[in-house]
Amino acid sequence: MANNKKTARRAQLEQAIVYPVDWIEERSGLIGGLRYFLFRKVPGDTNWFHTLGSATLTAFLVQLVTGVILAMYYKPDPDKAYESIRHITDDITLGWLVRGMHRWGASVFIILMFFHMARVFLFGAYKYPRELNWIIGVLLLALGMFEGFTGYLLPWDQTSYWATVVAVNINGSAPFLGPFIAQFLQGGAAINDETLSRFYAIHMLLLPGAIFALIGLHLYLVIRLGVTSPPWSKDAAGSGPRTPPTPPPARDGLVRPGPRGNGRVETESPTETTTSGDGRGH
Amino acid sequence: MGFAVGIVCILVGLVVSWPAVAVGAALTLVFGFLWIRDVTRGYATLPQAEPDGDAPVEPAPPIPAHKGPPAMPETPPAEAARYPRSKFLEGATLGLGAAIGVVVTVPAVGFAVVPAFVDQGEPDIDLGPIENFPQGQWVITHYQLRPEQGDVTRRVAYIRYNGTADNEPSFTILSNRCAHLGCPVQPGGLVQSDKTKDQKASGDQDITLTPVLGLSSFTCPCHGGSYDSEGNRTAGPPVRALDRWTYSIKNGHLVLVENYSVSHVEGTGATATIHKYDLAGPGQHLDGPEQIFYPWQPPH
Repeated sequence: MANNKKTARRAQLEQAIVYPVDWIEERSGLIGGLRYFLFRKVPGDTNWFHTLGSATLTAFLVQLVTGVILAMYYKPDPDKAYESIRHITDDITLGWLVRGMHRWGASVFIILMFFHMARVFLFGAYKYPRELNWIIGVLLLALGMFEGFTGYLLPWDQTSYWATVVAVNINGSAPFLGPFIAQFLQGGAAINDETLSRFYAIHMLLLPGAIFALIGLHLYLVIRLGVTSPPWSKDAAGSGPRTPPTPPPARDGLVRPGPRGNGRVETESPTETTTSGDGRGH
Repeated sequence: MGFAVGIVCILVGLVVSWPAVAVGAALTLVFGFLWIRDVTRGYATLPQAEPDGDAPVEPAPPIPAHKGPPAMPETPPAEAARYPRSKFLEGATLGLGAAIGVVVTVPAVGFAVVPAFVDQGEPDIDLGPIENFPQGQWVITHYQLRPEQGDVTRRVAYIRYNGTADNEPSFTILSNRCAHLGCPVQPGGLVQSDKTKDQKASGDQDITLTPVLGLSSFTCPCHGGSYDSEGNRTAGPPVRALDRWTYSIKNGHLVLVENYSVSHVEGTGATATIHKYDLAGPGQHLDGPEQIFYPWQPPH
């Protein structure tokens, strides 16, 4: 008797959890998409090196969260910036920790990007059909370094000020357009009272938005094209007859259930069944 | 392509001159028109399909009223397909969307880019009476380029009074901005900080004068660029001599007028020959073969 009661309550509980999930799935297909993303097939011999991309993404997310919190206390004004950084570090509860995470996390982000890049290069994972994703990765690297450049000025101490002077003038000594690039970066002929807020806006609005969008594209291509095996893999490319990559049935489980299904059963009209062999129609 | 050139020309013109804006606007209009004509050509040529045969058709004999086609012929199918409403709406949506996009984007991008390139001018800086500068003595002069912007515009000039030449007071005024990458060069001499003099010259301007004894060189702390006491490069990575200021004497006061760049200096003091150029950024060559890499300077 007690057992029955327990299972009944359990079923009720499960129902309470499943119902909102089902509700969302039925209206958006997002749960199916998430399942597809998390449980998609990858080669059997992937290894820890394949986690460097996710590690980089995690580092970026840490920068995002800590950066938003720091922005609540930071004041991008030449007269107040240094003092507000000192206030964050010395006075605000756990401010030293959040600032430290952002400061060191910046280096971690860049270093992980290089490790990830090295993995892709050494595994040959940049080759057809993944060239575009390599290009996007290079753009992400450049934007990440630009984040480092603009973020370095924000503490507004002697080191950051003169490091920025030098970096801007390195840009300025580029042929032909260099002087214009330097003047654009500074917002004038020299570092002035608008340069700091300019760097701040670029650092926390422009670049993160661009990086976010490119990461979305990067991940989309990873999911669409799949993960490469290591070069020593027995299934490595070239060992068998070459088959052009078939795009995965990305829409399975979103618009209508694919072979995997989502626990939903739908009846399809006969004509549809015949045309949905690859899950995408024609 | 030409359209883009026109837009660029407008933006550049905003910086440089109004005639350039006019040229840019004309280019934009012309190429915009050509572009639209190009895009819509598909629609325009569609109805001209198959001109009938080759031989001119002989005029048909008059048709009795009760026979033949109706007087108001129905629109032939080709005519109907000429410009369907869906095509028109599609074109209108794209065109209006593009127009709105341009109207929103151009001012926003202009606002982000153009202010940095507007000629910001240089206010004259009154450094106080020339008696503060003893003959032959280097003086470290701190001032603010724009007092209203505060300490971020604090600058340093190294000033030496050379005595009179042709009955005019002569000064050597060097900028402390290193010609390598812009770090502040330091004086190689005995800095007499205890003899620093505050000079309230004009307005909010805070000027301090610190004498230096036995100055023989300037050295940059960043990458070791070295200069002699005329600002000529003697060692290290700088590509030219230290920048200088033109000056004037007003009511017995020394006034900084304009910052300019120098490739090198021959001779010393009042009799020196200064090879003078428009102000260039650090690391940019003024003479020698490398100067071809820096043909243009944005307005300062």
